Amino acid sequence: MAGKVKWVTDIEKSVLINNFEKRGWIQVTENEDWNFYWMSVQTIRNVFSVETGYRLSDDQIVNHFPNHYELTRKDLMVKNIKRYRKELEKEGSPLAEKDENGKYLYLDFVPVTYMLPADYNLFVEEFRKSPSSTWIMKPCGKAQGKGIFLINKLSQIKKWSRDSKTSSFVTQSTKEAYVISLYINNPLLIGGRKFDLRLYVLVSTYRPLRCYMYKLGFCRFCTVKYTPSTSELDNMFVHLTNVAIQKHGEDYNHIHGGKWTVSNLRLYLESTRGKEVTSKLFDEIHWIIVQSLKAVAPVMNNDKHCFECYGYDIIIDDKLKPWLIEVNASPSLTSSTANDRILKYNLINDTLNIAVPNGEIPDCKWNKSPPKEVLGNYEILWVIRTLFPSEVGSVIPAPRCCVYDEELAQGDGADRELRSRQGQSQGPKGGRSRDSGRTVLTTWK
Amino acid sequence: MEKRMNASLQRPEIKLQSLKEDIKEFFKISGWEKKLQNAVYSELSVFPLPSHPAAPPEHLKEPLVYMRKAQGSWEKRILKSLNSMCTELSIPLARKRPVGEQKELLNKWNEMGTDEPDLSLFRPVYAPKDFLEVLINLRNPNYENGDSLSFRTHLGLIQVPLKVKDIPELKEFFVELGLTTGQLGIDDSTQVPPELFENEHVRIGQKVLAEQDSAAAQQYIRQGSPTALRAELWALILNISSQPEDILYYEQLKTNVIQHDLLVDSLIYKDVKLTASNDDYYFVFEDYLYQVLLCFSRDTSVLGHFAYNSASPPKSYIRGKLGLEEYAVFYPPNGVIPFHGFSMYVAPLCFLYHEPSKLYQIFREMYVRFFFRLHSISSHPSGIVSLCLLFETLLQTYLPQLFYHLREIGAQPLRISFKWMVRAFSGYLATDQLLLLWDRILGYNSLEILAVLAAAVFAFRAVNLMEVTSLAAAEAVLADLSTLKVMPLLQIFLFATVT
Repeated sequence: MAGKVKWVTDIEKSVLINNFEKRGWIQVTENEDWNFYWMSVQTIRNVFSVETGYRLSDDQIVNHFPNHYELTRKDLMVKNIKRYRKELEKEGSPLAEKDENGKYLYLDFVPVTYMLPADYNLFVEEFRKSPSSTWIMKPCGKAQGKGIFLINKLSQIKKWSRDSKTSSFVTQSTKEAYVISLYINNPLLIGGRKFDLRLYVLVSTYRPLRCYMYKLGFCRFCTVKYTPSTSELDNMFVHLTNVAIQKHGEDYNHIHGGKWTVSNLRLYLESTRGKEVTSKLFDEIHWIIVQSLKAVAPVMNNDKHCFECYGYDIIIDDKLKPWLIEVNASPSLTSSTANDRILKYNLINDTLNIAVPNGEIPDCKWNKSPPKEVLGNYEILWVIRTLFPSEVGSVIPAPRCCVYDEELAQGDGADRELRSRQGQSQGPKGGRSRDSGRTVLTTWK
Repeated sequence: MEKRMNASLQRPEIKLQSLKEDIKEFFKISGWEKKLQNAVYSELSVFPLPSHPAAPPEHLKEPLVYMRKAQGSWEKRILKSLNSMCTELSIPLARKRPVGEQKELLNKWNEMGTDEPDLSLFRPVYAPKDFLEVLINLRNPNYENGDSLSFRTHLGLIQVPLKVKDIPELKEFFVELGLTTGQLGIDDSTQVPPELFENEHVRIGQKVLAEQDSAAAQQYIRQGSPTALRAELWALILNISSQPEDILYYEQLKTNVIQHDLLVDSLIYKDVKLTASNDDYYFVFEDYLYQVLLCFSRDTSVLGHFAYNSASPPKSYIRGKLGLEEYAVFYPPNGVIPFHGFSMYVAPLCFLYHEPSKLYQIFREMYVRFFFRLHSISSHPSGIVSLCLLFETLLQTYLPQLFYHLREIGAQPLRISFKWMVRAFSGYLATDQLLLLWDRILGYNSLEILAVLAAAVFAFRAVNLMEVTSLAAAEAVLADLSTLKVMPLLQIFLFATVT
């Protein structure tokens, strides 16, 4: 393992570059021999594209999966989750159980969503069922809150109607594709303000699924008081929590940046709502992240040169139910406050420690099982791995969720999940940090 | 309470013949006995012990004359400062709002934080460091300690001879914080299995709440409160229950705010904007702070606490009637002039109570029981003067080298720790740690723990402090307390340091 890691990036952010430099890695250009490339999503398209792509060698690692958009494009994410749910239902899996209204009990975590213009008629049918509802229109391919608007009348989206005669909307290129989702108009408010959660999730491989959640996520608050009143539908400062938008509001504060740590949120909820419902909420959040990854795992190109750090956006409603809004492949590495800078610096640091073991020249054939000590602020969200020899025939304490034998897991995955789940109290709980972390599974080779 | 009790006595079980026993029995069953006990306990906690029958009422406020005098002149200074600001800016101390303005304020009641009045000309009436200068100059005219320096000479800034506890006495007073007793803030960390302490402690907490016993709650909370039970426990200890009349009272205060504008309102706005709005933990609750503090200024029931506070409410006169007692009013109506950082007393409570009238009641009770002592001059053991002296004495006695070194480089420790104590550490500690600290304030019904914590912080950072050579450098070492864990610090300082 002689020589230092050679790195390239096309994202000029200090939190990245400082981390590379502190490891003594050497900066090179794209055309030279490199070991580690932290690339933007445009670049990964080129690397893996049919025309311009090239093969990566064993000592090269990149920070995106080739078809990450299966998870990170709003329409594809919804499509994959819907497909996943139908598959589970067909298998008769208990996870796909529905309630008396036909709603999934454990897998209803994405707001009702339709693609436009493809599902326009289906959408209209749904819209007419509850005509006073508000819907949010999001362009599939954009980020940072760009192009998003709210509607509460069908006339506002006439353009996307397939039958529209006046439509100047000719092509259905993916650029113009939109998704329309039921707007969550009863978000949990704190101090009267709406907020969403940004959580970071690292995936080192999809098959078998190994993912880690960063313990230090944060809440992003809107600067303006939330009101569901229809007159404020146009006021993006009320409804969208993206920092890119909030930053331009009059009341944006550059000291705290309108952000709270997740631990503040937890303290507040435990103090005002109680411990059980708070723990249940956080367990559900972990659950929906894992389920979303499982949903796309079958279609993901599980290239061994790849890892990815996603930014998950989650909204909690006033019944303490979490909703998955979207997943970002390139979470912002810009720092809006000093605390932010420290957080993102540490995030990259811990990510690199897991993705590039020991900071040495990588070998993409490694088993992608980092020892516990290098996790830093990450904790295991879901890991399937083979038993260590010392563990064979013994009782193993479950970390976050389940740890079990790879061979057996690949056989009857869904069954095994359920069995472990019955060890806990109710519903889709993925295991608790301390108390039921003692839940044990006997595994055998 | 009396009215309600009387009403509930109209019952058939209670017969005239056995009136006494029947009433006693009824009270026990219906829970009224507990409520009565809690109310009595509450009064005992707040009011000082009965004193000599011949003692005048000033004695109840403050027994030492020189302290009373000092407090009096300090108040004159504050009032002068307020009046001059008033004259300079040509703003009346109070005015009735025109109807249009009233409507507007009512609409914006839940989001007063978005209002950006021009506050640039307002300055806080005083800041903690101004108050510190006054305390430093306090002298007891009857005390002569001679010019000769001895090992008994107090090297700190406070030069009044008040009795403060030493470590053996503190160990006895805070016995439940000892090494062999379980604590939340220590024994609930993730490495400790919850079966050892935490689960049982939570169970006992639930039982205490079920019994609704104030005294038991106060004893229980000395070992810390579980987060989920804290809001109820504090309410129980402070004897706050949200009755319809309390909510009505709060609404009445809100109406007062809508109808009249006070100069202190601008001071409150300014304070919130300067402190809580910029705080990582509390910025979310900015609007609640206005809703609480603006009402607080108008709450005349707060005047009651001046009976045992060395301070007295400032008096003002209706325009043109200066000196005529019939036209005297207290200003502000609650007699409390806010200073820089005042809103930080309320901010941590927003993590526990999200219903405005409950939040208000809790804050008001915390103020009239504890916080007022942090900015009035008195000889009370929980008064700020005693706390400062306790802090300095602890440091000088148990960390003499550090104390001497800091003094030599012109960094008197009190100059750094004063602001922590005046604010009861709010805004300096992480919120979960602050709440654990305030648990113990309630549990021991004393603010002395603030001085002990301040000394413990210095002890913790002693190594770095020994190396600094200026006040600014010392401040820098102690600038960030947000990572500190208060309970281990307190335990080590009190129980595990070789003295």
